[in-house]
Amino acid sequence: MKRLSLWAILAAVTSVGLAAPAFAGTTFDAVKARGSLNCGVHTGLAGFGAPDDKGEWAGLDVDVCRAVASAMFGDAKKVKYVPLTTQQRFTALQSGEIDMLSRNTTVTSQRDTELGMNFGPFNFYDGQGFLISKKLAKVKSAKDLKGATICVLPGTTTELNLTDYFRANKMNFKPVVIEKQDELAAAFFAGRCDAITSDSSQLASIRSAQAPKPEDYILLPELISKEPFAPAVRHGDDQWFDLVKWSVYAMMEAEEKGVTSANIDSLKGGSDPTIKRLLGETPGLGKALGVNEDWAYQIVKQVGNYGESFDRNVGANSKLKLPRGLNALWNQGGLMYAPPVR
Amino acid sequence: MSQPAPKTPWWNDRANRAILYQVAVVGLVVLAGWYLISNTLANLAARNIATGFGFLVREAGFAIGESPIAFDPADSYAKAILVGLLNTIVVAVLGVILSTLIGTIVGVARLSGNWLVSRLATVYVETMRNIPVLLQLLFWYALITEGLPEPGDAFKPIEGVFLSNRGLKFPTPDWSGLEWLVLAALALGVILAFLLSRWARLRQAATGQTFPSIRIGLALTLALPLLCWLLIGAPTAFDRPQLDGFDFSGGHSVSPEFVALLTGLTLYTASFIAEIVRSGILAVAPGQTEAALALGLKRGQVLRLVVMPQALRVIIPPLTSQYLNLTKNSSLAVAIGYPDLVSVSNTTINQTGQAIEGVAILMAVYLIVSLAISAFMNWYDKKTALVGR
Repeated sequence: MKRLSLWAILAAVTSVGLAAPAFAGTTFDAVKARGSLNCGVHTGLAGFGAPDDKGEWAGLDVDVCRAVASAMFGDAKKVKYVPLTTQQRFTALQSGEIDMLSRNTTVTSQRDTELGMNFGPFNFYDGQGFLISKKLAKVKSAKDLKGATICVLPGTTTELNLTDYFRANKMNFKPVVIEKQDELAAAFFAGRCDAITSDSSQLASIRSAQAPKPEDYILLPELISKEPFAPAVRHGDDQWFDLVKWSVYAMMEAEEKGVTSANIDSLKGGSDPTIKRLLGETPGLGKALGVNEDWAYQIVKQVGNYGESFDRNVGANSKLKLPRGLNALWNQGGLMYAPPVR
Repeated sequence: MSQPAPKTPWWNDRANRAILYQVAVVGLVVLAGWYLISNTLANLAARNIATGFGFLVREAGFAIGESPIAFDPADSYAKAILVGLLNTIVVAVLGVILSTLIGTIVGVARLSGNWLVSRLATVYVETMRNIPVLLQLLFWYALITEGLPEPGDAFKPIEGVFLSNRGLKFPTPDWSGLEWLVLAALALGVILAFLLSRWARLRQAATGQTFPSIRIGLALTLALPLLCWLLIGAPTAFDRPQLDGFDFSGGHSVSPEFVALLTGLTLYTASFIAEIVRSGILAVAPGQTEAALALGLKRGQVLRLVVMPQALRVIIPPLTSQYLNLTKNSSLAVAIGYPDLVSVSNTTINQTGQAIEGVAILMAVYLIVSLAISAFMNWYDKKTALVGR
């Protein structure tokens, strides 16, 4: 809602002005002293960040928050979730309202530089697609959308890609921009727009969660952009950036080594040196990161490895049923590749 | 015996103290401002966040749904913000005019002797002003998008007019580029009618002779454009909306977002204006009405010549606040996707990351618009104030 986000911006502006001396280089210490992590997440996107039926936050992005909390505190529950719209997210991070942003945010050079953010490892590779009603039988491709009215979230890379795509193909369109995703989707399902565009994972999520009849809507075949998502932190605290980075890598490394939340305890006392390092049985990594030696063990035990998190939230065991595709491990045909955890 | 009064030390002197306090207060304000600005700049620099207004001339790269002037994604951020401002002004001006009309009618209706009319007006006021305006906007928007058919099955209340969930489409005259002549004639007619009524009023005040200025003025406003239309050859061509692919093309189109915003703001503000008008009328002593009636004036004349001029003095100051509220409330447009100033600025802020500059521009523009409205209303207030003779 507009009021809210304007307040968020104003609050951010004031806090940049007032609270600033507390930052430089001390996010890590501030989080440690507070005893909980302030994590910026989606206001409600099934599979990535949304409260489940018990009211607890769940999703692929939420799992990154939980992994960092596990590494830091040995407790995945020590997270305070701050739901943010696309328009609030960067200001919230810049101003220190949140410690990290894990909210299906596309990495771009401008965000990495001008916006003063550092991006961690990519935790989801996506591309922008179009969702249309099956009633538009003549539309077989995005190129048939000439003159269409298109629903899009404002202030996103999606909005810019959409404009670029139509400009490149010399087609015109009418945008309808509404800041809250569920209201935007509601306008689309009410027929206000001919198509809704977003990251294809997000469209799958919207379709399964909000469509009156999900089978009446189809995704057009084209993906018009690269949308790699990653968690982000502010510039200025490299130790904090390291912890976020390696928390995500540990999840990927665990999957690659076949370590899961179910079998991790039975692997204790084994002989594989990589697994011994992951379990904290060979000391050193935790100290280097500034956390307990069992940091990676806690992540896998409480959150699971990357594959478990994927299947539970967006993959085979979820409502979205997205294929692994680009998000499979590198040795299984995907792009997920963690540097050695050693 | 009178002793010489003990000399007051300068710091105990009242005039000196007043100056001292003022200097201290101004100093504190300046210091606080300096602290905020320098601290903000230092922190932005420390975190490598870009600053400055250079982004305004860069290409915006996003499209805007509706605009009174042509806007292309290749235009600059500055132009995008201008489009947002124009959209805000369009909705604010129309909202102020419509809410004043509706508010005045409802306000007078609440005082009506007719039980049904006054009760209906009361129900309207109490309902509208007690529901948050954001909810009203969402309600109107949902009503339009959910309630109206898709473009293929659009309602056709009149030939050439289409009402669908894509908005209202209506034909516009297509008179080989000469439409503006007729419009100019209409404007001329309105100006002439206004001057005529002024002259008639002055003459009546001086000589007591009446002049049917309303009837003649109305005739002028209608006859001039008609004459002009005949002169350019009485064209009848229209640019009609036609279903073309996804939506209608041709003619003029009013979007559902605009209609929802205008309806919501107008009905909400009108309920407050109704109460202001009612209080203004009640503030005029009943003796005035009785005296006017005793002089033989008709009911309508009593309201127009005696009650309203006095009521206006009470009405205008709070009315100004309502106009300002309406203009500022138009920023709720973002919730329903009307591309107003806040919506476009928010997108700009998000694309460039320059929140402080973006919010500064927003605040400055709203301040300027609000002060302009205030200045106009203060001028009008002075004009209607009691003139000592």
